Amino acid sequence: MSTETGRPEERSLFGYSLPRLGLYAILAGMTVFYLIPIETGLMTAITSPETYTGQFPYLPPLEPLVPNTGQFSLASWQGALDGLGQGLVNSLILVVPATIFSGLLGSMAAFGLTTISWRGQVGIYVLFVAGIFIPYQAVLVPLTQFWYNVVPLRAVFEPLAALPLVETYHWKLVALIITHTAYGLPICTLLFRAHYKKLSDEMVEAAQLDGASVATIYRRIILPLSIPMFAVVFIYQFTQIWNDLLFALTIVQFGDAAVVTQELVGIGVSQSGTNFPLRMAAALLAALPTLLVYVVFGDKFAKGVAA
Amino acid sequence: MRNPFTLLKRRWSDSRKARTDGGTTSQAGSILDRDLVRSAPFWLPPFLLVGLFIYGAIIWNIVLSLTDFQGLGSPDYSALDVENYVIAFFGGTPSWSELTVSPIWNSAWNTVVLMVSFSVVCLGLGLVLAILVDQEIRFENTFRTIYLLPMSLSFVVTAKFWLYLYNVETGLVNIFLGAVGLGPVEIVQNPDLKLAAVAFALIWQFSGYAMIVYLAGLRAIPTGHFEAARVDGASTIRMYWRIIIPQLRTATVSALVVLTVFSLKAFDFLFSMYGGYQPGPSADILATRMVREAYANGNWAYGSAIAVLLFVMALAIVAPYIYTQYQRGEL
Repeated sequence: MSTETGRPEERSLFGYSLPRLGLYAILAGMTVFYLIPIETGLMTAITSPETYTGQFPYLPPLEPLVPNTGQFSLASWQGALDGLGQGLVNSLILVVPATIFSGLLGSMAAFGLTTISWRGQVGIYVLFVAGIFIPYQAVLVPLTQFWYNVVPLRAVFEPLAALPLVETYHWKLVALIITHTAYGLPICTLLFRAHYKKLSDEMVEAAQLDGASVATIYRRIILPLSIPMFAVVFIYQFTQIWNDLLFALTIVQFGDAAVVTQELVGIGVSQSGTNFPLRMAAALLAALPTLLVYVVFGDKFAKGVAA
Repeated sequence: MRNPFTLLKRRWSDSRKARTDGGTTSQAGSILDRDLVRSAPFWLPPFLLVGLFIYGAIIWNIVLSLTDFQGLGSPDYSALDVENYVIAFFGGTPSWSELTVSPIWNSAWNTVVLMVSFSVVCLGLGLVLAILVDQEIRFENTFRTIYLLPMSLSFVVTAKFWLYLYNVETGLVNIFLGAVGLGPVEIVQNPDLKLAAVAFALIWQFSGYAMIVYLAGLRAIPTGHFEAARVDGASTIRMYWRIIIPQLRTATVSALVVLTVFSLKAFDFLFSMYGGYQPGPSADILATRMVREAYANGNWAYGSAIAVLLFVMALAIVAPYIYTQYQRGEL
């Protein structure tokens, strides 16, 4: 829309009117506000801990060219990798299947509740939507009881640990995958339903008249048309699951199955050594997968959160 | 003799129509809704998962909150009472403990303060940013992407960044405060500033979200409304205040609900910032109190009771929202 039409542009500088320049100045200022915490973290993370002074944390480490900025070093990243390595692997084992399962099941649920229409489906759908807004505290104690005392998942994994690549502690990751799938379903269903409501009915009706089964309609018509939405859902779910701490704390609790967010909390706990280069390197390393996904697929992420 | 195909077709178009006006179909006579059954393989398994993990767990949690479950072992469901709620409201020494347990009012108050200040500032900042970004600017996508960037980060990561920024010796915030002559100030461990510091960091993380929602709302307003106001000679500020902002009510409500729920989930942030379950009384929110009671103190049933209260709070905000969405046929 054009909000600029008819505005007199008498005073100008470099071809822009003064209000325009003011506007860009504010936008640039806000850019600094949103980026400087990350930028400062990055600059600190590439400073060697020995020469770190903290006087100009936002400047790149340019000693000896610029005094008091510290020397460039990637030692902290090595330290962060050592500290978070196991957590990064566990998070990856967890996030890939959980993202795929919640996306697929969400798409199926939305199809069954939208494209195929029947009486009362809105009632079922309301239960899905309400699930988005649940404060997870309300299910934590039952979750811990469920995975530790009701489902003998650990007993299943103990004999399996003889196999290569399988460890007993993986049972916690499997529990976490199922949990994240279940709690991710509401938002996935909502995103897919919004998409399916926009699809034209004609194709589905035509297929129905041709005698296509519900399963065929899903596989041949809806699934191919869902691919753009799968991108949005996968990106959203990947970010959510990778970033989660609460479920990991209550289901994994501690030990070998700790995910990256849990290990990141631990890296900052020591009060004696304020090794900020290490802390910042660890924070950025833990954020790297979601940052990469965001930089590459930012528009799809925006679509996911705005729904 | 009716053609079964026309019948089928009518059936489909009937139910299609029913969906758009949001309710009943003309198929009231059919005993078995065939589409329900035929689509069941698709929606039923996810629904069972949601039913078990969300609704089953909530009910189980309510039952657990009525027990005396504490420490190791398993809960005893034979004697149920509301003692935990009495303790939550009035404090005292419960039967399952020898120690006095404090009521939840302190953390409940902090929860409300955090929720309101965080959501209101986020909405205000988001609205201003959305209006600015909506002025047909160059590099619009770049600005939008940058403003939303913090939202892709984990609470745990942002807490680490802000712990550094707030640091009294080398933190950027204190360098800034020192430059304008206010500082250095102890922020993270300062009882007077803790909650504000947490709210500010969360605003940094989520105001971009409010911007995105408002931007979508602004784009949905017909261009004519802007032009009409211009023709009437309204100033820009007056135009937004009188004509545009009132039309953003839906966007405001949906952003507000989501932000409120985010603030109820700020547990991850506090846990990471304070390196554990103890943010101290002036930054303790219900979400933190609940997890601390259950997972650090082993007071499982008491934790469950706090969780029920938190759940009721969330329900009081979300239920009216979902109900109006349902009435408008937007679900």
